[in-house]
Amino acid sequence: MDNQDHRIKTIPQGDEGFGLYIHWPFCLSKCPYCDFNSHVVDTIDHGVWSQALIKDLETQSARLTGQGRILTSIFLGGGTPSLMAPNTVAALIDRAADLWPTAPDLEITLEANPGTVDRDRFRDFKLAGVNRLSLGIQSLDDRALQFLGRVHDAKAALAALDTARSLFDRFSFDLIYARPGQSLEDWEAELRQALTLGSDHLSVYQLTIEQGTRFFGAYCRGDFTLPDEDESADLFLLTRDILATAGLPAYEVSNHARPGQESRHNLIYWRGGDYLGVGPGAHGRLRVDADGFRATVAHRRPESWLKRVADTGTGLKEETHIPPRHRAQEMLMMGLRLAEGVSDTRMRRLTGLGLADIIDRDGLSMARSEGLIECEKGQLRATEAGIPTLNALTAALMII
Amino acid sequence: MSDLSHIRNFAIIAHIDHGKSTLADRLIQLCGGLDDREMKEQLLDSMDLERERGITIKAQTVRLLYTAKRDGKVYQLNLMDTPGHVDFAYEVSRSLAACEGSLLVVDASQGVEAQTLANVYQAIDANHEIIPVLNKVDLPAADVARVKTQIEDVIGLDTSESVGISAKTGLNVDQVLESIVTRLPPPTGDLNAKVQAMLVDSWYDSYLGVVILVRVRSGTLKKGMRMRMMQTGAVHPIDKVGVFTPKMLETDSLSAGEMGFIMAGIKSVADCSIGDTMTDDRNPTTEALPGFKPSIPVVWCGLFPVDTSDFELLRDSLAKLRLNDSSFEFQMETSAALGFGFRCGFLGLLHMEIIQERLEREFDLDLITTAPSVVYKMYMTDGTMMELHNPADMPDPVKIDRIEEPWVKATIMVPDEYLGQVLALCTERRGIQMDLTYAGARAMAVYKLPLNEIVFDFYDRLKSISRGYASFDYDMADYTESNLVRVSILVNNEPVDALAFIAHHSQAEFRGRQICARLKDLIPRHMFKVPIQAAIGGRVIARETIAALRKDVTAKCYGGDISRKKKLLEKQKEGKKKMRQFGRVEIPQTAFINALKMGDD
Ligand SMILES: Nc1nc2c(ncn2[C@@H]2O[C@H](COP(=O)(O)OP(=O)(O)O)[C@@H](O)[C@H]2O)c(=O)[nH]1
Ligand SMILES: C[S@@+](CC[C@H](N)C(=O)[O-])C[C@H]1O[C@@H](n2cnc3c(N)ncnc32)[C@H](O)[C@@H]1O
Ligand code: SF4
Ligand SMILES: [Mg+2]
Repeated sequence: MDNQDHRIKTIPQGDEGFGLYIHWPFCLSKCPYCDFNSHVVDTIDHGVWSQALIKDLETQSARLTGQGRILTSIFLGGGTPSLMAPNTVAALIDRAADLWPTAPDLEITLEANPGTVDRDRFRDFKLAGVNRLSLGIQSLDDRALQFLGRVHDAKAALAALDTARSLFDRFSFDLIYARPGQSLEDWEAELRQALTLGSDHLSVYQLTIEQGTRFFGAYCRGDFTLPDEDESADLFLLTRDILATAGLPAYEVSNHARPGQESRHNLIYWRGGDYLGVGPGAHGRLRVDADGFRATVAHRRPESWLKRVADTGTGLKEETHIPPRHRAQEMLMMGLRLAEGVSDTRMRRLTGLGLADIIDRDGLSMARSEGLIECEKGQLRATEAGIPTLNALTAALMII
Repeated sequence: MSDLSHIRNFAIIAHIDHGKSTLADRLIQLCGGLDDREMKEQLLDSMDLERERGITIKAQTVRLLYTAKRDGKVYQLNLMDTPGHVDFAYEVSRSLAACEGSLLVVDASQGVEAQTLANVYQAIDANHEIIPVLNKVDLPAADVARVKTQIEDVIGLDTSESVGISAKTGLNVDQVLESIVTRLPPPTGDLNAKVQAMLVDSWYDSYLGVVILVRVRSGTLKKGMRMRMMQTGAVHPIDKVGVFTPKMLETDSLSAGEMGFIMAGIKSVADCSIGDTMTDDRNPTTEALPGFKPSIPVVWCGLFPVDTSDFELLRDSLAKLRLNDSSFEFQMETSAALGFGFRCGFLGLLHMEIIQERLEREFDLDLITTAPSVVYKMYMTDGTMMELHNPADMPDPVKIDRIEEPWVKATIMVPDEYLGQVLALCTERRGIQMDLTYAGARAMAVYKLPLNEIVFDFYDRLKSISRGYASFDYDMADYTESNLVRVSILVNNEPVDALAFIAHHSQAEFRGRQICARLKDLIPRHMFKVPIQAAIGGRVIARETIAALRKDVTAKCYGGDISRKKKLLEKQKEGKKKMRQFGRVEIPQTAFINALKMGDD
């Protein structure tokens, strides 16, 4: 397809890694807050999907050969990938391992929803190569789960966690907080209970009203209200405090881990590394050469995507060239979300541009004097005071 | 002397929304000026803005041919629709000077309102015969008998022959036409005398150039005639003569008693002084008609382009608008806060809004508007007097001997039950009561009020405390010495010149507090605390603090979200363009005008 890529010399891969994201676009039901690319269908032809995903993977990877990448992570996300046939998961992992040399500590994560997995399926996923589970628990409170439109209750959530714990060394789970009427006390109790569940990684997201979701309409109509800025800030700070004290500091705005247990795959996004996106609606970012990067977006609708794969070998809808400056800005935006901040050295290595080239001096001096940002050993990072207002801070720092 | 008995020149006057334009449309239709297909709603409100706001800004004129029932003769009726808003009162007086009579339209469901009165007084001053017409009788709330009594009591007009009509359905509108013929006098004037014509109005049409509306008093204006403007002495050959039917229709001439338009290759309306007398250059009259007193801008504000590079565009656009409306003025202004712009003077707040809207709409300009100010007279210790249009230019107080501010005489009509609140509002705004009378369940209050107390939001407040039932009209009265101070506003410890204002000393503190409180809501939170202060000289009279932003961070952001989130960030940056930077603080453009609104809403 794109022969040019074959001529490109080896891309220097650093500690940001190189990951493969595979999207599974189906769920049992659509949650009212969710704007992910997920669809509810009557039947799924697992054979067809397995072949199509592998085809997409092969076609896209063929254009990267000779670039000397080492695969450091695979992430099966969704949707609800725990609904995938375990042999599809196995086939994809095997194929990926043929296509690239893999890092010895290759991380393979699968997102799972409580209620879609029994012990046997979990074991099959493990046998397929999955070594990390991410469970969509969302809440440990039945009323909250109902409000969030989840198909499972708290009991099912705890059962899923038990199973995960018994089979996987590494597992994480997601919680959604800053829900309507949620008090600091309620949330603290829920969070403390979560801490007893034996995970070394937690993703805690404040409920966000996304356009195009059922909650969007309901919220606009005034069916419910969300915590105001002050309440939301208090909840956020409380969360950081409790989890840090418990040994799971925030390594990203909403992600907490015992040191060493961070999601290696997600770190690729935040550190600005390369990732290949396979499946409906998946995105990819790949360094092409010193002149820039390639951004890929796949068709979102499952049928359109399938048809594109059948017709052209890949479900990609768009491929755009991203100039180094643009990618450097993305690295700034994503990297500031991390506790470690953005590395000037890495940015230079990947884009040829340094922080000084893309940062607004006035914004920087304001942010510094307000104690919102600090720069140390070539790492620019938002301080504890800067993180809660990171969007405004990033806007102030970025020259566009 | 020839016969002018077949001509009637009349104006339609009314309080806003009582149905002037609708009635005019019906009259045109009945006289066959336009067929139904051509009849757009409210034909005479031609500017887009006029249509949208449902108000008449410029006076409009139409010639109708009407066959009277009483004698079967064809009459030439020249109709003038007049603006209904107080800002354009001067337009009304000009239109009236061109006519011999008025149709006074009163909404039979509302009764006499403040502008009904103001207009009637003007018509009486113009020696008009006045025919009261009760409109909207199709409405269930219409009460013809009550409103007739009110007209007799409050205005003193005989209503025994007045009929109730509906301009909307057409009911009894034919009787209005007949009464125009029977009750209004024909114009007087000598067809054979030297030409004497009054310049009633002029406007710029991008296709036709300057069009002049005239009323001929004596003699005949002809195509080809070299026409001389008596005030300026300028001479222009007349290219075209005609009338509006309401379509433009060319004729050979316009004679004594008639109204119509002429075109004479004039470049700008500024060359046509309203009220001037036009005559035949070859055979001129020496007698000029009494002119009009010029309209003077009473409200001034700063207009600044949001995008500083649009300054030239703003200058050109203002100049173009002035081609058509010589009643506003503009002069260059520089502001430390807002850069280069113009200080512009208007006849009133509506006029100001209309010009701003036209600039934004017709010329695609984004503007920052500063709070309106009135014109103060500063008598300096060295004996000189200067007019102050801009609070930022206030001289050092030690050099000022005394300051005078303009006052108006305001007439307010309001149902009894809201009178208490209305009087309280007038008192709060330093009003002095001059008269208070009742007609039925309505009160009429006449107040003297300082203009600076009404320019911002008096009308809005009046409407809101009376649930829309109060009506209001005013006339400029006089200048009176007053104890006025300049209040400056400091944002993050820096004075923002565009927010400075002048207030009576008794109100300065209260206003200062109010503005600080408003700015606190209008300026978004920053990443740091932002103090806001109001000060007179070095003395701080009010203070507020905008707390620092506490939480603004996207909860989830993964690989797929990058492009979207970056766009959001770009939008956030883009949004800053709608702000003005003052040191480290960004102030939304709209804050400049909204901060100074005085209501408690
Ligand atoms: N019901 C009713 N409404 C009318 C009548 N005459 C005018 N209107 C309405 O009153 C409003 C104001 O009319 P308009 O002619 O623009 O008033 P103007 O401001 O005096 O020119 C419009 O919505 C008209 O449709 C009438 O006889 N009956
Ligand atoms: C890819 S999504 C869903 C994964 C999985 N299908 C599930 O629902 O358990 C990953 C996580 O994002 C979080 N999330 C999704 N939409 C959200 C929203 N509108 N506000 C806050 N968190 C949200 C949820 O915690 C969810 O588990
Ligand atoms: S939250 Fe998870 S389960 Fe719910 S619709 Fe979204 S992807 Fe599917
Ligand atoms: Mg009108």
